[in-house]
Amino acid sequence: MTKTSRLFKWIYLIIILLFLYLPIAVMMIQSFNSGLSISKWEGFTFRWYENLFSGKEKSIVSALQVTLSVAVIATVVSTVLGTLGAIGIYGMKKRTQSVMMTLTNLPNTMPDIVTGVSLMLLFIFVAGGGSRGYFTMLLAHITFDTPYVILSVLPKLKQMNSHTYEAALDLGATPGYALRHVIIPECRQGIVTGAMLAFTLSIDDFTISYFTAGSKVQNLSMLIYSAARRHVDGTFYAVSTAMFVVLLILLLAVNKHTVSADS
Amino acid sequence: MKKLMLILLALCFCVPSLSAAEGKKVLYVCNYYDYIDESVLELFEQETGIHVEYIYTMDNESLLQELEISPAAFDVIFPSDYMVERIIAKDMAAELDFSRIPNAEYTLEYLRNPAYDPENKYSVPYMWGTLGILYNKDMVTGPVTSWADLWDPQYANNVIMMDSLRDTMGIGLKVLGYSMSSTDEEELFAAADKLIEQKQLGIVRAYQLDETKDRMIGGEAALAVVYSGDAWVAAESNDKLDYVIPQEGSNVWVDNMMIPKQAPHYDLALEFINFMCRPDIAQMNSEEIGYSSPNSGAIELMGEEYSGNHIQNPAGEDVDRCEIYHDIPAELLDSLYNPLWNDVMNAR
Amino acid sequence: MRYDVTLPWWAWVLMGLGLAAFAAMVVVSVRRNRGVKRSLFAAPYTLWMIIFTIVPLIIIVYYALTDASGNFTLNNLRDFWDSNYSRRAGASSPAIQARLAARGMSNMEPLLYSLWMAFLCTVICLVLAYPTALFMADRRMKRASSLVILFVVPMWMNVTLRTYAMRILMVDDGPLINFLRLIGFADAQLMDTPTAVLIGMVYNFLPFMIFPIYTVLSKLDPALLEASSDLGASPGRSLIKVTMPLSIPGVVSGITMVFMPAVTTFTLNVMLGGSKRLMLGNLIEQTFTKQNNWNMGSAMSLVMMVLILISLTILRKADPNNEGGGL
Repeated sequence: MTKTSRLFKWIYLIIILLFLYLPIAVMMIQSFNSGLSISKWEGFTFRWYENLFSGKEKSIVSALQVTLSVAVIATVVSTVLGTLGAIGIYGMKKRTQSVMMTLTNLPNTMPDIVTGVSLMLLFIFVAGGGSRGYFTMLLAHITFDTPYVILSVLPKLKQMNSHTYEAALDLGATPGYALRHVIIPECRQGIVTGAMLAFTLSIDDFTISYFTAGSKVQNLSMLIYSAARRHVDGTFYAVSTAMFVVLLILLLAVNKHTVSADS
Repeated sequence: MKKLMLILLALCFCVPSLSAAEGKKVLYVCNYYDYIDESVLELFEQETGIHVEYIYTMDNESLLQELEISPAAFDVIFPSDYMVERIIAKDMAAELDFSRIPNAEYTLEYLRNPAYDPENKYSVPYMWGTLGILYNKDMVTGPVTSWADLWDPQYANNVIMMDSLRDTMGIGLKVLGYSMSSTDEEELFAAADKLIEQKQLGIVRAYQLDETKDRMIGGEAALAVVYSGDAWVAAESNDKLDYVIPQEGSNVWVDNMMIPKQAPHYDLALEFINFMCRPDIAQMNSEEIGYSSPNSGAIELMGEEYSGNHIQNPAGEDVDRCEIYHDIPAELLDSLYNPLWNDVMNAR
Repeated sequence: MRYDVTLPWWAWVLMGLGLAAFAAMVVVSVRRNRGVKRSLFAAPYTLWMIIFTIVPLIIIVYYALTDASGNFTLNNLRDFWDSNYSRRAGASSPAIQARLAARGMSNMEPLLYSLWMAFLCTVICLVLAYPTALFMADRRMKRASSLVILFVVPMWMNVTLRTYAMRILMVDDGPLINFLRLIGFADAQLMDTPTAVLIGMVYNFLPFMIFPIYTVLSKLDPALLEASSDLGASPGRSLIKVTMPLSIPGVVSGITMVFMPAVTTFTLNVMLGGSKRLMLGNLIEQTFTKQNNWNMGSAMSLVMMVLILISLTILRKADPNNEGGGL
């Protein structure tokens, strides 16, 4: 590959990244704006971070905890559920497979609000209006995360030889062993992708959480949405920025670790 | 990846405990985010030993929805005028025992016995305000005095209207000289046509609700329809902005305190409402939020700074020209208001 | 609206029987094959799906086909096509009736507009994402693959705040407009236009297109490309003849993940588009929350679901072997 073409490719990647990070940069700058409105810069301040870390903003901190814990648990559960699901679906006959995939796609064809409302009705039907809270929100998150894991893992499975699993069983492997040592390593990239997408969806969801959590539990998106009615002050930008930086550092560290472990 | 997950789990696994006050009496209050001075809640707990669980809601409609799903979830709610009327009509409001809310005496005369609660049996006003025009003094050519200024072609692409059915249809009705709560079909059609005309002339820059303040602070439009509370917030951040209640008259809105019929702690709720009506407490809330206070005692305490502010404390004759919304019957909302509003939003 | 519906006893019995039947099927299947067939790995997911996807779906269908008091009706669906079918009948005077009739099919415009915007968004995402994924997966691009994570992290910032930030970039004297003026578009306007909505949509959905394509491309056997170039194919030809066909499963996954949620966009239309045009997402959201008419809202969603499924069936034609796991 020539130098120029490599340069061109890097430039392209950087432009796309720039597009994605420009608004993020604006948000980070806003977290230091002493004014109340994002439309007007009124000077530099650490006030919002002080607010955040001094523990004055109890509701924001607890919303952050809800957001993160729901996102993490939902990601773990839906990754397991989705990966097993994808493996199973791939092993099915063409017809069943296609029915399963239609059903998997269905929740995505509904607007979030419909998914939210229908799950809310389900929870109310089964356990009454008072049942909605942290746990029901978690169930809803797992539900909308899982299809994304399946959609990420399935293409990977299609790339591998479909008879390896049966071959492993014939050679005396237990299903669990074959799963762990034959299938999972082959579609690892897909699983990681699926988990990332699931986490992304979870951490940012408003509509479905709003309907399934009721009014007693709030995640960050719900809180920001209600704050928007009055004014979204810098504390929200500060909490988002802090969360973003921490997660990014963690992720890069782990990524570096696994990359060096691989090579 | 596994490690990342473990770290994250460790980071966030102090799943928030929701029962912060064990052994204490607890009162469930449902209101908007940032629509109270939070230190008031601490004061209340200090004085009475009652812990307040402050629950957020988004708007009147979600409040009603929550209330219908779990009627015994809240002790005190804060609905607006038309929603008070609807909640009373649905028989979901508890009658207030005013002998135990002596501080309700401070309520301003013209906010008593309002049309939405004619005998003043179910609600106590919490905050109030008006609907009007926020304008940028540098961007308008003459004085802004009338709703008709929103139809002036020289402000093409420079007017932010409200993304809110009742308010915008109300303006369409008012500019034609009708009542903002009109139920007359001909009048409603005329109002919708008027709004469509405004859009087709290219005058409307956008229909917004929450975003208007920020956009006006940033000088993105010359005129915008806003609630007085938002106008005050915007004018604090940008001194080019001013607010006017149009001469044709406008809407006065009132946010109220109410107790749902199935509220679990009726007695504590009365105590809370009485506390909120105490002049010094009403003053704290009004100063924190910036909306107009219905409490004469608080207004006296706030002195010149409040009474001299025409956004928070409009002149009596301006208020006299205004009307409080009536709740539109559901059938009419469904059969005419909503379709006409969709027509306006669809128009090009 | 009524929320206080309690399930009759037979519903509980039916649910119990369903679960028992499901468990029995799993057990029988394990017994018969004397081992765990691969398809059985999907059992937990299938169960989950039945409870949390199919049952809610039945609820939605129920609402779509009943009126406010729970009686069967097709009026909700009819009202969607002919926007005032049932309202017209209730109008008080012939004049009003005529005016309502003139409104005709006013729900079609938001519907078509939403589908069109989602289509554009999907195409733009694909055009931007494919090279991105291709370049990152390129083994000769050292360390490019470690970039992949950077493409999803921006989505972890809250969407409302992120959209506010985009607005700051797009306002009338903001950086983007000034740039456009510089290159000759004197009276460019982004805010409150469909273009702004489209930019927002592409921004929000781009990672969902990049990721599945990258996943597939990254594990493509490099020997295939070597073979192709050994046989004399130019790099361009190898791309079209070898890489692209093999990446179709990823592309189909990506299109599915972008197009379907894109159709129901509504917050971007408010925050960047100034609500100047109605989108189907707004219509549905309003119907559910502001009008509290769950019957009509469900009917609208049902219609939209069918339309999206039809669009995806067309897409599946591009993927004849059902590689992406179609419908």
